[in-house]
Amino acid sequence: MMTDGTIQTAISASLTPLRPIRTRLALTVAGFGALTLLTCVVAPLIGSSSINLRRAFDSSIPFAGNVDAQILFIARLPRVLAGALVGAALASSGVVFQALLRNPLATPFTLGVSAGASLGAMLVIILGGTLAVGPWSPVPAASLAGAGLAAAIVYALANGPRRVMSTTVLLLAGVTLNAFFSALIVFVQYLANFAEVARAARWLMGDLDVGGFDPILAALPLVIVAALIFVRLPAALNLMGVDPDSASSRGVNVASTQRWAFFSASLATSAAVALAGPIGFIGIVVPHLVRLLVGVDHRIVLPASALFGATFLVACDLLARTLLAPVEIPVGVVTAIIGGPFFLWLLVREG
Amino acid sequence: MTPESSTYLVAHEVSYAYPRRGRSGGLAALSGVSLGVARGSFTGLLGPNGCGKTTLLKLMAGVLRPSNGTVTFQGRVLADMPRRAAARHMAVVPQDTHPAFDYTALEIVLMGRHPHLRPTQLEGPGDLAIARESLESTGTLHLAHRPFTSLSGGERQRVVIASALAQQPEVLLLDEPTASLDLGYQLEVASLLRRLSREHDVTMVMATHDLNLAASMCDALALLRDGRLLRHGLTADVLTAGSVRELYDVEADVHFHQAAGHLTVTPVRRAG
Repeated sequence: MMTDGTIQTAISASLTPLRPIRTRLALTVAGFGALTLLTCVVAPLIGSSSINLRRAFDSSIPFAGNVDAQILFIARLPRVLAGALVGAALASSGVVFQALLRNPLATPFTLGVSAGASLGAMLVIILGGTLAVGPWSPVPAASLAGAGLAAAIVYALANGPRRVMSTTVLLLAGVTLNAFFSALIVFVQYLANFAEVARAARWLMGDLDVGGFDPILAALPLVIVAALIFVRLPAALNLMGVDPDSASSRGVNVASTQRWAFFSASLATSAAVALAGPIGFIGIVVPHLVRLLVGVDHRIVLPASALFGATFLVACDLLARTLLAPVEIPVGVVTAIIGGPFFLWLLVREG
Repeated sequence: MTPESSTYLVAHEVSYAYPRRGRSGGLAALSGVSLGVARGSFTGLLGPNGCGKTTLLKLMAGVLRPSNGTVTFQGRVLADMPRRAAARHMAVVPQDTHPAFDYTALEIVLMGRHPHLRPTQLEGPGDLAIARESLESTGTLHLAHRPFTSLSGGERQRVVIASALAQQPEVLLLDEPTASLDLGYQLEVASLLRRLSREHDVTMVMATHDLNLAASMCDALALLRDGRLLRHGLTADVLTAGSVRELYDVEADVHFHQAAGHLTVTPVRRAG
């Protein structure tokens, strides 16, 4: 039988093992960050053709004649960096959409952003178009415009008179818009010839072979803006995940948090889809796996998901490049083949 | 209304209509209600379903803005105060809480510190000490690391009250805090609230359907029906058989219970 004193000690012991949030955040970011760094360093070294690192970094050989350096810096590195950027953007916007919709099953594509992006890309691929916008070539530019259009429509529909968005209307509008845009995509493809349809279908599978650093540099500013907004959201997202009304009574400006969350997550998703096509499952599998490892506090889940999303997509793309080499599997197929069963396992396990 | 009650937390002729999508006007939930709550008092809001109790509570918490009229706290118009500033003075305990994510009890309680922190500021040892104190005073310290969703109804409600206490509010607004609890937990939560009101000098406003609970805890009652204030005054003056008939169309026996030490209400039959 415990005396009062030992009960007191037992209770205080039960509170102290929980490391303060600062420490947990630092440990999580350091751990996941190291993993991301490791993946991004190792991934470019592996591929269907082996490269000699000493030759690749040998500055006495001119770059034009240095095949090893060309494979490393032109073929592989942009692809790994694109994977890291897209994975981080999709996983973190998945976290934000799940909190905004108070639904752990939401994905970055639930609200129609990717369907809009796909329709834009399809139109340019099939009807043709040469309009490059700034650093964006025609297909990504159109996909960005389509994503923006979809986000604007959903936003206008869900923007309620009480200035607080209805998550039900958001979900219904998103699902409907997804179906509507998908029908338009099918219609546009019906009008196209065989080669164009093949190219369009390939785009829809997602592809990190972005062909250099320029497309990455074009997408980067959008993702950075989104990330700067993300940094200010997690505490409010935590409270909205408890209950929107009580979040308001705890000092959260719910209407404005919803708008910033919607805008930033849509921006990051649009940039990712414009860069690499709609790569599925990252935005839902990664946040769930991260919550399993570090708990549900958004202040930790959000940065951890961004880092782990980067790792996960780079690793999936590595598999896509090497599994059936020299044939490449579309990376969206790999993420779905890994992500689908894994997610079902999660559901069974949690249910 | 005492002179002090007219300056602490006051609703001045407030009306509220829930907006309807795509239509002008709305569903009137409250019309022209004036109500003053004195510092340190325990006020009960009574009335049938749909009478506007919850709406009035949300207006007094500043969660909703009145369509007409104003709510003032210590002379300041609540609608003009930033949410964070208002949340440092008043906290709400909702009827029930269904988090979308699997937070632990401690995480829920620590979120009560939100209005005291900057948006990107992480809570420190001081906040953890306050959370711990709140868990202690609601008897839930041993539940700190349990997932909130694994707790019983009574435990959840006490954790939510702890979260509101971590906000260090001067006013606690409670929406039927015992409605989903069994008799044992009802008494437990009731005695917790009574203790908080007495020992911590927290002003309480509680919407409830439980007339006996209101009789045992509240020193003042406000009776609402169809979005209007019928009566407001000391519990002993307001809680009468006539009031019960007027509010619920129910004949009731209201008398002072010696052992319980407060008025009790025994419904007898539907009036009419």
